[in-house]
Amino acid sequence: MSNLAVDVSDVVKSFPAGDTRTYALKGATLTAKFGELLMIVGPSGCGKTTLLSVICGTLKCEEGSLTIFDHDLRRMKDWQITLFRCVNVGFIFQQFNLIPTLTAVENASIPLILNGVSTKKAVQRAGEVLAEVGLSDKLHSYPAQLSGGQLQRVAISRALVHEPRLIICDEPTASLDAAAGQKTLDLLKSSALQPDRCVIVVTHDNRIYHFADRIAEMEDGRVIGIYDDPKDYHHA
Amino acid sequence: MLEIALKMLFRDRAKYAMLVCGLAFCSLLMCQQSSVFCGIMMWTTATVQNIGAPVWVVDAKVEQANEVIPMRQIEVERVRSVHGVAWAVPLYIGIEQARLGDGSFQNIQLTGLDTGTLTGRPMDMHAGRIEDLRLPNAVVVDQVAVEKFRRKGITIKLGTTFEINDKEARVVGICHVNRSFLGQPYVYTTFDRAMEYAKPARKQLSYVLAGPVPGVSNRELAARISKLPGLRAIPKEDLFWMTIWWYIKNTGIPISFGTVVLLGVIVGIAIAGQTFYLFVHDNLRYLAALKAMGARLHTLAAMVLLQAFSVGFIGYGIGVGLAAWFGNTVLAKEQPPFFMPWQVPAFVAGVIIFICSFSALIGLIKVARLEPAVVFR
Repeated sequence: MSNLAVDVSDVVKSFPAGDTRTYALKGATLTAKFGELLMIVGPSGCGKTTLLSVICGTLKCEEGSLTIFDHDLRRMKDWQITLFRCVNVGFIFQQFNLIPTLTAVENASIPLILNGVSTKKAVQRAGEVLAEVGLSDKLHSYPAQLSGGQLQRVAISRALVHEPRLIICDEPTASLDAAAGQKTLDLLKSSALQPDRCVIVVTHDNRIYHFADRIAEMEDGRVIGIYDDPKDYHHA
Repeated sequence: MLEIALKMLFRDRAKYAMLVCGLAFCSLLMCQQSSVFCGIMMWTTATVQNIGAPVWVVDAKVEQANEVIPMRQIEVERVRSVHGVAWAVPLYIGIEQARLGDGSFQNIQLTGLDTGTLTGRPMDMHAGRIEDLRLPNAVVVDQVAVEKFRRKGITIKLGTTFEINDKEARVVGICHVNRSFLGQPYVYTTFDRAMEYAKPARKQLSYVLAGPVPGVSNRELAARISKLPGLRAIPKEDLFWMTIWWYIKNTGIPISFGTVVLLGVIVGIAIAGQTFYLFVHDNLRYLAALKAMGARLHTLAAMVLLQAFSVGFIGYGIGVGLAAWFGNTVLAKEQPPFFMPWQVPAFVAGVIIFICSFSALIGLIKVARLEPAVVFR
């Protein structure tokens, strides 16, 4: 097995814009290793989120190669990619995307249920994970009853509950204040990052860059720099 | 995931209540109106049901049970002469005027039963004996007569007298029969006395009732009798449906009720369809998140279908339940007419299934087109 969790090479992705096409990715190349937290940074509209969507298989690229855990996603059928995501990918969204009519523990249990675990066991396991992130007293609270930081912790629990090998975070601190953002990344790094896992974070929040093991800088649909030390990116 | 789908539905109380109310109202409207329509249709066939004879012989031009073209009394003998006829008796039915003790008038449906056999007698006697019809001036009245006379301040009981075309009628029995379409009370007497009560006319026989010998079906017997010139014999079941179809084709009743039922369908589609669309639309972001997390399309489709059919089932149950409660309440008063055969709830169930399928389809199209990547936007 390669030590590369994600291997993206010369990926091209465009979207229709009237009679022409707008290229969001123009040959992006990127690798992510097991046991590392990789941050993809760059200005708005540079293609960060598109690259993230391509990596997790929610968007299909038109050109290039895309290998996740030694699986060539471009050769997989749609249902295989969906199944792959279900088992191997955990998501943390910018807007949390917690279902408002489900409690914290029910929200966190969804990936397990999608993986065929019985509701009872899934809820029990989700409760344990929520307790690990300090929400044991909020298991039965609805999203509307939780603060931004608590919502993000529920989202992290949902992303981790089925023990995926790839965790995708899209602007995880965008809806949080500075302190809550720091805590979220602390939690993410301590609970999500393990030797057999890879965490990819898309962000433009420079207050959390120091949590990264590596930083990939994007501009105009391409990865223009990889920084093995986050400080290098700050100084660049 | 189906449990999750139900929680998403039931806990969104405002939309859930609106969906259930819309479908319940739609079911109630369709079920209640269809049942009232069926009740009216049953009223049109009240005479056929009350008399219950296997074969009805009428003038060849008659199109339905409430249309009486008088025949000569000799027709009874002609019918009896047909091979396969076990028995044939005369029946008189005519609208007459009864004058009450206080001088007021009431239209009645005078029914003259064969004096010897009392064929077509009412089966449910509340007071008195039907055999007492053979006593002088004897009549048996139905529950409608009791009710209508009561409204005019006259209490009908055994022994009460009133006049029919200036001839005395004495109540010897009170029965319960199906109401007539025009709402006139049934007043039973013997055929011979009915001839006395009725205004004199050259032809006074309304129907000949006949029954087949063993081994001959009603239809076969009717076919044989119909070969007699000027006569038409109709099996009871055929006369029942002929009458209903006549009213459907020749009156505005089905259009009137059909319009309300159609309104029910439209209201159902408009309210339920629109609300369910909004429900799915509001949850689209979360469904996309589920799709991104690995929920396959058939899982999401099952969730949406379950949600649609759950509200459909609950709304249908409430609507049909309310219609049944309404029916149960009005049946005691016998007005408005109400008859809910199994076909009515089955029809309403079919419409609700259509509405739910339509609503779910709109939602499913949205879900199918959903790009999971939308969750990153």
